[in-house]
Amino acid sequence: MSDTEKIVEVKHLVKHYGKFKAVEDVSFDVLRGDVFGFLGPNGAGKSTTIRTILSLIKPTSGDIRMFGRDLLKDRNFILAKIGCIVEKPDFYKYLSAEKNIEIFARLSGVNVSKSKIHEIIEFVGLKGREKDKLGGFSHGMKQRLGIAQTLVHDPELIILDEPTTGLDPQGIIDIRNLILQLKNERNKTVLLSSHILSEIELIANRMVIINKGKTIVQGSVTELLNAQELIVSFTVDNIGKAQQLLEAAEMKEQIEKIENNNFLLHISQEKIPVINKLFCDNGVNVFSIESKRKLEDYFLKLINA
Amino acid sequence: MFWKSTYNEFIKIAAKPRSYIGIGAITLIVGIILFAMKADGLSFISFVTQPFEQSLSFEGNILNGNLIAFIILQMLIIHVPLLIALVTGDLVSGEGAMGTIRLLLTKPISRTKILFSKYLAGCAYTLIILLWLGFLALIVGKMLFGSGDLMVLNSDGLVVLQEKDLFWRFVCGFSLAYLSLVMIATLSLTLSCFSENSIGPIVSTMAIIILFTIIGALDLPAMQQIQPYLFTTHMVSWRNFFEDPLPVDKIIHSSMILLLHIVALLGIAVYKFNRKDILS
Repeated sequence: MSDTEKIVEVKHLVKHYGKFKAVEDVSFDVLRGDVFGFLGPNGAGKSTTIRTILSLIKPTSGDIRMFGRDLLKDRNFILAKIGCIVEKPDFYKYLSAEKNIEIFARLSGVNVSKSKIHEIIEFVGLKGREKDKLGGFSHGMKQRLGIAQTLVHDPELIILDEPTTGLDPQGIIDIRNLILQLKNERNKTVLLSSHILSEIELIANRMVIINKGKTIVQGSVTELLNAQELIVSFTVDNIGKAQQLLEAAEMKEQIEKIENNNFLLHISQEKIPVINKLFCDNGVNVFSIESKRKLEDYFLKLINA
Repeated sequence: MFWKSTYNEFIKIAAKPRSYIGIGAITLIVGIILFAMKADGLSFISFVTQPFEQSLSFEGNILNGNLIAFIILQMLIIHVPLLIALVTGDLVSGEGAMGTIRLLLTKPISRTKILFSKYLAGCAYTLIILLWLGFLALIVGKMLFGSGDLMVLNSDGLVVLQEKDLFWRFVCGFSLAYLSLVMIATLSLTLSCFSENSIGPIVSTMAIIILFTIIGALDLPAMQQIQPYLFTTHMVSWRNFFEDPLPVDKIIHSSMILLLHIVALLGIAVYKFNRKDILS
């Protein structure tokens, strides 16, 4: 199995509800080992796409192949290799955490031992709460239990649809760390849809952005962002001289804002060391360089284009 | 995988508090009936037999466990469907309302198998409810009132069935009553496939039963033409096992009508459940 093996191949996916076009043309590939970010504004068709991949919704047209097989023909084979949370982690409130995991593990296609269930519950940090009914669980705890449920049958692909929705900052960090653990310690491939772009930027290596039911761009997060201009903040000791040097280097138009000893420049990533050297060689001391490029800027630029 | 799924459904039904409403309600109602019959049953019997006392003389233990069981079954068979629908109407829509259907249907088991495992668990629950009713009515009834011949009043007059001839009649009567209740379970499960909340299928099931019962009771030529095809008409056909001679044709006809309803409704449920987009 190579790291370029396509685990998920979605081609020209379309889903219409009568005249309403929820998804018009979505295509993307998830490679083995990816933490794959699935981005789009509200109503872009993310949930519909994810539900279609999980066979909760039947597509109007398009192809979905997973693990080299057609989803419509080999649904059960494919679903046996997937663990997922779709939106909220909903469970049977009248059953304990352990019983809930048992219920879903029983349908996972593999025999899951009690010790494995306890190990997974411990992994997500719910040890000691196994026997508690879910009525008393917080949203964060349910989300952790949701992740336990996705892992219990040791799937190859984990699909998490908005896993951090409704969580407090600590909960978001916990889920982020869990996802990174899944990739690094358990070699899982993760398909992650999220509204929190900074989260995707931090943990995803590849991504797709969709809008109005169509794929806008997909690829490596680093490459996509590096191809864009950055907003870079330089803090120097002599702002006047720095400005002169930039004008001499025909970079005046790249200056966005000057304030005290700090200015913002619109430049590509490769230009940062060049400008730094320019300042240093000409006696301008650089106190800090901060890249302001964010996935959020890139995302908004694409969505608003 | 089918049996694992069915086992899951049993666990869910057993853990839901609403599953015990039916058992509790039957215990309470039958308890009240048994108490009332113990306290004032003889005057009730006297009231029923009064029109015949000039031509017939009644001897022996008329108010016995067999009569009590017959009366209870007759009184409750129309009301037990509500208790059944409380659980079976929730089997699919309850998962939708809770959101668990999203997880359930992403497991490597076909939707048809999931539906049939729910159906099987629902039928088992129905059987438990009916067996409990039978236990309370027949066993507890006999313990309190003793045994004896069964006197049944039907459209042809008074029928007296000998005690030794009753066991198989009760077994067959309860079996046909079970078929009627399975028909109700199937109806509510089918309606459950169309709904995203628990109350809708339960209320709809009862509304259909009430509507069909009213149509069945209307003595109008237009209604009489459709009455033989209504499942409610055949829900009381268990009584045919307490006729002498046994109306075999009627029993077979009723059983077939109920079975046809079950098969047709199951077909609709499977079709709908398999095509359903999960949007909740």
